[in-house]
Amino acid sequence: MEPVVHLRAAVALLDRFPALAGVDLDVDAGEVVLVRGPNGAGKTTLLRVCAGLLPVASGEARVLGVDLVRHRSDVRRRVGLLGHATFLYEDLSVAENLDFWTRAVGASTDDGRAALDRLAVAPRLHDLPVRALSAGQRRRVSFAAMVARRPELWLLDEPHAGLDATGRDVIDGLIGEAAAAGATVLFASHELDRAEAVAHRTVTVSGGAVLAEGASR
Amino acid sequence: MIRGAALMAGKDLRLEWRSKVGISQVLPFAVLVVLLFAFALDPDRGVLERATSGLFWVVVLFSAVLTVQRSFAVEAEDGVLDALRLTGLSPAAVYLGKVAALVVQLLVLEAVLALAVAVFYDTTFRGWPLVVGVTFAATLGIAGAGAVYGALAARLRSGNTLLPLLLLPLLAPVLISATRGFEVGFGREAGPGWPWAALLGIFAVVYLTLGAALFRPLLEDT
Repeated sequence: MEPVVHLRAAVALLDRFPALAGVDLDVDAGEVVLVRGPNGAGKTTLLRVCAGLLPVASGEARVLGVDLVRHRSDVRRRVGLLGHATFLYEDLSVAENLDFWTRAVGASTDDGRAALDRLAVAPRLHDLPVRALSAGQRRRVSFAAMVARRPELWLLDEPHAGLDATGRDVIDGLIGEAAAAGATVLFASHELDRAEAVAHRTVTVSGGAVLAEGASR
Repeated sequence: MIRGAALMAGKDLRLEWRSKVGISQVLPFAVLVVLLFAFALDPDRGVLERATSGLFWVVVLFSAVLTVQRSFAVEAEDGVLDALRLTGLSPAAVYLGKVAALVVQLLVLEAVLALAVAVFYDTTFRGWPLVVGVTFAATLGIAGAGAVYGALAARLRSGNTLLPLLLLPLLAPVLISATRGFEVGFGREAGPGWPWAALLGIFAVVYLTLGAALFRPLLEDT
């Protein structure tokens, strides 16, 4: 069976600088893979390439069977990306944001409400504008918007950042459930103890290339 | 595509309603400029009357630049543009949705401005159908071109200051045609006014077609 993520000598440029400098990586369906590495190693770029947001300058790149070199926009609707940014409109309420983002991908607005409940976003927050939320609450709403899309591939950039202990446990639980349901998870984290406990496999990147791969705990 | 465009337009109008930037900042700015021209030219009412049409559309263009800037600034905040691209909404739908929301906001602005020039400049709108036709066609053209250049400027460093330099020269034909159409509508110029409205309509159709077709590269990282 074809891997969900298949990269061979993949190069991606940021302002003409090779942020990914020949990455080889395969991720199978249902796998949870931790991408680790120092700041500037290329973790975020790797996730954005897999999401179809950044072009692949050279090499081979297929995600969910889509050739990213030629048709990267075709994969976008099938992946969920949690980035450093919240991906939310500050002046809209939590509920309005969820309604917009779920309807934009053709999902039900009920999926958005269910995701908010799953992320333990208190109902009293649903009608507040996003700008009134704390960083941790925004993170949960962001995650809810991503979960509501029901993506086949989860791409998570520092998913635990800014969350309290309860929030981190919720995220870990969601990652486990997603993998059990057949989704694939590729995530970057600096919180190695927690992340390695969730991941099936660890990939270490540095200088825009994969240095090592190994089984996780 | 229509569903996506309606979703975008609804979201933009809701955002505007929540933030009140248009009502609390752009609208007062436009009325203030109309008022300042009244102060500056009041000693010679003849000049003010003759310049009303041109002043009206100059104020609309300046206000449109602010409205377009705002419309695309919200998409540049906090990674929203990436999230939009991940929805798989067609770029044409995003473009037409932005245009629709801009048209609604500009029409509201123009209605208030019309009231302002009627009060401050003693303007009488005689040829209503022509004035309304010119206004719709010009507004569609301004929004159509504004959305293209707004998206472009939002991707550039110093884009906010660059936008007026890119957009205003392009909208010069709209300014000229709309001004002439209004002159006829106000009864200050003889001759047919509808050719001016038709010219504005052609400009709008060309820009809407080009914008819908070429919006994809404006949303993409290259």
